[in-house]
Amino acid sequence: MSAPVIDPVRPAAPDTPAGRSTKAQRTTPARFDTALGWNDKPGVAWTLRILLCLIALAVFAAPFLTIFSGAFTTNPSGSSLSFLPHDSTLLNFKVAGERGIWDYLGNSLVIAGGGLLLQLVVCTLAAYALARHRFRGQALIMMLFMMTLMLPEEVIAIPLSLVLGDVPVVHLDLKGTVWGVILPLGAWGFSVMMLTEFMKDIPAEIEEAARLDGVGELRMLWQIILPLCRPALGVAGVLGFIMIWDQYLLPLIASKDPTDYTVTVALSILRTDPEVGSGVVLAGAVIALIPSLIVYLLLQRSLVTGIAAGATKG
Amino acid sequence: MTATAPAPAARRGLDKKAVDKRAFNKKAVIPWLFLAPGLLLALVFKFWPMAKGIWLSFFDVRPFLGDQWIGLDNYERVLSDHRFQDAIGHTLILGIGQSFGAILLGFALALLLEGQARSLKILRTAVFLPAVTATAVVGELWRLMYYPTSDGLLNSGLHLLGLGPVQFLDNPDLALYSTMAMGIWIWAPYNMVILLAGLAGVDRSLYEAAAMDGVSLWQRLRWVTLPAIRPALMIVLTLATIRGLRVFTEVYVLTGGGPAGSTDVWMTRAYTLGFTRNDIGGASAASVVLLCVTLLLTVMVNHLRKRGEAR
Repeated sequence: MSAPVIDPVRPAAPDTPAGRSTKAQRTTPARFDTALGWNDKPGVAWTLRILLCLIALAVFAAPFLTIFSGAFTTNPSGSSLSFLPHDSTLLNFKVAGERGIWDYLGNSLVIAGGGLLLQLVVCTLAAYALARHRFRGQALIMMLFMMTLMLPEEVIAIPLSLVLGDVPVVHLDLKGTVWGVILPLGAWGFSVMMLTEFMKDIPAEIEEAARLDGVGELRMLWQIILPLCRPALGVAGVLGFIMIWDQYLLPLIASKDPTDYTVTVALSILRTDPEVGSGVVLAGAVIALIPSLIVYLLLQRSLVTGIAAGATKG
Repeated sequence: MTATAPAPAARRGLDKKAVDKRAFNKKAVIPWLFLAPGLLLALVFKFWPMAKGIWLSFFDVRPFLGDQWIGLDNYERVLSDHRFQDAIGHTLILGIGQSFGAILLGFALALLLEGQARSLKILRTAVFLPAVTATAVVGELWRLMYYPTSDGLLNSGLHLLGLGPVQFLDNPDLALYSTMAMGIWIWAPYNMVILLAGLAGVDRSLYEAAAMDGVSLWQRLRWVTLPAIRPALMIVLTLATIRGLRVFTEVYVLTGGGPAGSTDVWMTRAYTLGFTRNDIGGASAASVVLLCVTLLLTVMVNHLRKRGEAR
């Protein structure tokens, strides 16, 4: 990851800042820019492309409009579900609020905030040791972190729920506390890998110069390495947030009773509640959707970069 | 590890050994201090549960009565249970169908949305939405789209075409494929991003050369583009394989395994066994089987990938 910000759709040109095309690229005729040789001239291919783009948009993005329109519609059912609300109302949100949706959102926000903070700190520290130090057993430790990626919550759910009920050695019961969700999210192999790769690329001269000035380890990390890692931290942050917000099984098994649920898990409560209609469920879905939507739209560049870079590093 | 600097004092050669030794001792501790939080959390919440799961899979777990060693009985029971056998089939169908569907659709999307125009970037942002949305939210969305009466979103579309209302999720023959469609919808945009990165790395002069040789668009795709994005395709395939096996949330939020167990996959089965029926031993055995298969597949795919790259 020498060039931290790579637009995945642009050929990687190591010497040029990403986001600007070089002269060489510009002189290549447009029909060699893409695999299918799309060009901007109106014609059959151009029309076909626009048509296909519209279909893609309808398939992948338009369904989200139904969430919003349904959430603002009084008692939507079946045919009244459409892309635009007909008689808008905030009633669904009021009912969802009475069913405790804001408390669930609160749980979610605490877990997402705390989990992400812990994850970033823990993974940064580990990555710093793995990238900037040489020690015995390094390969083994690297492998251990890699293995955490192969141990998804699904596979260890049952024993994990027992561990959360009685943490070994300290014998704490984390069930029903936010810690039960936050702590298992701390060591995330993906962030460790990505940050390690990124930190390895920081020139040794910078570190040496700082060491000669008598900079200690913590200051080295905080004042020298971290500022240089900002792009990678951004990626780890966005991906981490999306991953934590998507958690389903973990909040489910870490809860003692439904009031501990996160907003995404709580949607199932709204759904099975016979007294509320699908409008209220959709209002809940909107509330669960908005935070990840905000994070995505604000930081989508680093998210997409991260997926592409993380994947190709594989 | 190119970054580690030699200790400056050692380089000067003064009292080399003594300085080295002291530096070594101090240096040996520091990395472990930085690693400690991560290792501790991974140990307690990942590796310990894994070990515990493997351990419990050999026991008849009886709260308050004490666990009883029963050897491989749990495994035998789980593997011979016809609901688990059905679940294997569903997991395979769902995993394979969903993976290949999402890769094909992702590739098609990548080919369609490749380019540098601003409008294309906005399109890509919009199309990527399913991949960033929490699975539970997606589940609610699709449940409504699949609404079984003729005024459901998809069914009203079918109605326009003169087709009767389809019971997407209530028909045992169809529910698994309806779940698959949702899975493809979630993962195709994700694959698109990785494949777009692969497409961006294709050498443009090859396209030019191909054009000079007068090859058709199809030949160009087959012989220039596909070989060039092979690594990206392998990554997408690896991720999809692992994901396919442990599929849980999608199924759990959309159908809960129903109707009549027709969408029950390995993990939903294990979940039901462990949490609803409190058969911790059996559920652990089921998880261990899944863990072994996942590890085996990961190792296999990685091996294939390395061999492919070396060639």
